Amino acid sequence: MNKDDALLAYVLRLGDNALILGQRMVELVAAYPELEEELANANFALDFIGQARMFYTYAGELEGKGRSEDDLAFLRDENEYRNFLLIEQPNGHFGDSITKLVLFESFYLLQLEALVHCSAERVAEIAARAEKEIRYHLRHNTQWLIRLGDGTEESHARAQGSVDNLWRFTGELFAADEVDNVFENEFDGPDLFKIRERWQENVASVLAEATLAKPEDEWMASGGKEGRHSEHLGYMIAEMQYLQRVHPGATW
Amino acid sequence: MVTVALSKQQVLQWLAEVADPEIPVLSIADLGIIRNVEVGDEVIVELTPTYSGCPATEVIEQSVVDALARQGVEGVRIKRVLSPPWTTDWISAEGRTKLRAYGIAPPADGGSKRELLHDTRRIACPRCESTDTLVVSEFGSTACKASYKCNACLEPFEYFKCI
Repeated sequence: MNKDDALLAYVLRLGDNALILGQRMVELVAAYPELEEELANANFALDFIGQARMFYTYAGELEGKGRSEDDLAFLRDENEYRNFLLIEQPNGHFGDSITKLVLFESFYLLQLEALVHCSAERVAEIAARAEKEIRYHLRHNTQWLIRLGDGTEESHARAQGSVDNLWRFTGELFAADEVDNVFENEFDGPDLFKIRERWQENVASVLAEATLAKPEDEWMASGGKEGRHSEHLGYMIAEMQYLQRVHPGATW
Repeated sequence: MVTVALSKQQVLQWLAEVADPEIPVLSIADLGIIRNVEVGDEVIVELTPTYSGCPATEVIEQSVVDALARQGVEGVRIKRVLSPPWTTDWISAEGRTKLRAYGIAPPADGGSKRELLHDTRRIACPRCESTDTLVVSEFGSTACKASYKCNACLEPFEYFKCI
């Protein structure tokens, strides 16, 4: 794989993760039982969608076929998406949503911190912007996971269930493939091995504070980065893309 | 129409009157999002977004084009500049004074990094200046604000978050 292909593939993955997670969070808009979390969720979703727009716009320019951010978001099929399986998992209950965010954002923040120093200038610029936002998210979401884990018997049991259930999707975050390797070598990109070590430490310390048990690394699900998704993604993008599919080319 | 050579200074002066759509008491100059203006065959205005998903970005860009069109300036191009990323530290001293007068506590000076690392300094109430205040919510009516309450005068107020 050459340098240009790796850069495009890498930027698209960043965009897909941001969009799919943002869309998952949009599903929860107006569903929170109290205003503070309602606003937090909506604000965070907006950050992700804003990040997706910047990554997609750049991906469209790199590709050079005239595709816009909207084309990339609304006119690609499920198997063209390259987001992690973790991201597309259904929202479940509040503990599931918070756990998913803590697991992913603990990774994403480290990834962005590394990308700020990569030699792909535009990626570094977007990462510098996004890093500040994700740091704010993670601080909030971590406090929630600790509160749930170290809360009542029921919240503890449910949060533990969320961690146990989602853990199998975390292996994929660190499984470097050709895109990751070429990006790392050619653009001084993130070293996933190092990121994994720091993620393990950070997540272990949050789980310990939350009095939650850290699951063993056993069988890990993968495939999202190659476009092999769980059944949940199709339903989700069917809803997201409905308008463009039914009224192709519709604009405001 | 009299045509005089347009100066960068003149354009900046006009732009200083463009209001932020979400906090109309602030101009986009107060906010610190005008990065540069180049006057040549066309006028290029470099703007930086505050937050990635800030819904005001497009509105601000359109307001800039409109404001210059009102002055008879055509051929305006907006360039989005991402680097270095915007920080609340760039809100001008005048902007901070305006925010306070409007009832929004301005972001703590130069504190963006500390704030993110859990530094919970007391934020002064924009009405009575008491620092006996309480965070009600880390989030507010727009992505850039948090909600506070003053224990002294009992008024709720908003705080412009540091990023």
